[in-house]
Amino acid sequence: MIKIWSMKKNEDAAARRKPKTSAAQIRVQKDLTELELSATMKTHFPDPADLLNFTLTITPDEGMYKGGAFVFSVNINTNYPHEPPKVKCTQTIYHPNVDLEGNVCLNILREDWKPVLNLNSVLVGLQYLFLEPNADDPLNKDAAEELRKNREQFLQNVKTSMRGGNIRGQQYDRVVAQ
Amino acid sequence: MATAEVLVNGNQNDWSDRYYHVDQILDKPGPRTDPSFLAGEEVKKFLREACKILVIGAGGLGCEILANLALSGFKDIHVIDMDTIDISNLNRQFLFRPKDVGQPKAIVAAEFIMNRVPGVKVTPYFGKIQDKDEEYYMQFNLVICGLDSVEARRWINATLVNMVDPEEPESLKPLIDGGTEGFKGQARVILPTVTSCYECSLDMLNKPTAFPICTIANTPRLPEHCIEWASVLEWPKVFKDKKLDTDDPEHIGWLFKTASARAKEFKIEGVTWSLTQGVVKNIIPAIASTNAIIAASCCNEAFKIATSSAAYLNNYFMLIGTDGVYSFTFEHQKREDCPVCGGQALDITVNKEWTLERLIEMLIERQDVQVKKPSLTTATKQLYLQGPPQLEELTRPNLEKKVSELVEEGDYITVTARTLPFDLTLRVTYA
Repeated sequence: MIKIWSMKKNEDAAARRKPKTSAAQIRVQKDLTELELSATMKTHFPDPADLLNFTLTITPDEGMYKGGAFVFSVNINTNYPHEPPKVKCTQTIYHPNVDLEGNVCLNILREDWKPVLNLNSVLVGLQYLFLEPNADDPLNKDAAEELRKNREQFLQNVKTSMRGGNIRGQQYDRVVAQ
Repeated sequence: MATAEVLVNGNQNDWSDRYYHVDQILDKPGPRTDPSFLAGEEVKKFLREACKILVIGAGGLGCEILANLALSGFKDIHVIDMDTIDISNLNRQFLFRPKDVGQPKAIVAAEFIMNRVPGVKVTPYFGKIQDKDEEYYMQFNLVICGLDSVEARRWINATLVNMVDPEEPESLKPLIDGGTEGFKGQARVILPTVTSCYECSLDMLNKPTAFPICTIANTPRLPEHCIEWASVLEWPKVFKDKKLDTDDPEHIGWLFKTASARAKEFKIEGVTWSLTQGVVKNIIPAIASTNAIIAASCCNEAFKIATSSAAYLNNYFMLIGTDGVYSFTFEHQKREDCPVCGGQALDITVNKEWTLERLIEMLIERQDVQVKKPSLTTATKQLYLQGPPQLEELTRPNLEKKVSELVEEGDYITVTARTLPFDLTLRVTYA
């Protein structure tokens, strides 16, 4: 066998042994503890020992969705940050970029995810969806159509849906902030 | 099995001239041999009697690697694979026959090699690499990987880096990693903690192809869009919490049927069973000759490292066969802020009476650390997290506790902070 150790000896002799904390875990610890949570965002960890699964509540303080409290589940797998976190809306909401199953159309959650992005980028992206719903990338086609054609009616629909109303036969969850 | 023992211990299976060609290299030093190379019997004895090598993966690369190793004189080979043989493997995974379909790859491959190359002992393990602990990996001199998953590579890389004990030269296990994707491939030599590791190069990886979810939902143009629609949107809608099993033909069948119906609706052609399986399992067509080239390179490196008969690869070889044949070798640099092999490690001595808060103050004061607002964890518990608020509140009571109540002597504390490039590891001893 080659004598690798002789090369090693020349190096700084400080112990470089690492703990058994996985790279994904360290990265999540770093991302989470450095989150810049504004007053409109709150995280909740059902099992505080598990940093990989939590919920995020967004309560927009401006824009069309002001007054609502929107809850997303965030699941991070052990291949983070190679793979993006999985984010779903846990409520049925009326939003052009969120479908009735809670899937979210946000580029950095899928096709534009890169390991240099972090949880903060995801949170900012989600917040942005409530400030600027985007009719061009629809997941809820009815909502997108309404936003494009009749902004006033769309606004009205948002208000109705947030109170737990019914729009064109679809029942939405009540999401008014407590 | 009794016969196998005899075969390994005695050399009666080594007919004359068996190693004629390999011995040309081992019998005398050449112009490029390492000064420490001891030509002759000793190196042959090490290679053929003492050297123990682990092959991870018995698939496309693994079959080639096992055959190459056995034929170049390695005699104590172990192989791990968690997969069973699928009929689609048979075109290139030449240790398997139609009768083996459904059998564990590791076991069938080991039997085939032992039958075909007398005197070689191959020990299979049918299961996950994660089932094995450090003690298991410690028994090998070398590890070669022919894997198809980033996750498994990250795991074995981190495990081998963690195993390196500065007091124990034998704890450093060279890792040779091969990978192929269609006509492209790579082979690299990783000397854990010495050279750049797998995690150092994680940002070089191509991300898996993903389509915008809105395109899938509204404006499909490709057969792949229809298949993604079926698997990403329709499956969870119809089956709720039932997890999609990409190895279950019934599940693939449902996806195929659903994707075909959608393709028809949007007048898209090209949704087939095999494309459906390919898209959901993220299959890139494997090419036998790429596997052969990469496996050869890996085994060549294993042979050179085990015998010191020539300089080994430093440290990254890539092959691009998509436009002609191109290859390039370069030294991938170690990343200082690599979460696995980089970062700083410090031995600190803590007074038994110190509270966690006192330890944090000490870290902030230390000139060589320069940390602000650190968060501290051990492998099993959170000591103090600066955020988010819920976790800060939960861990705050720990600040009053004695470090010696929270952390055992010799345990490691992982420190992250905005001011640190990645993390800092503390090994605690008590005064």
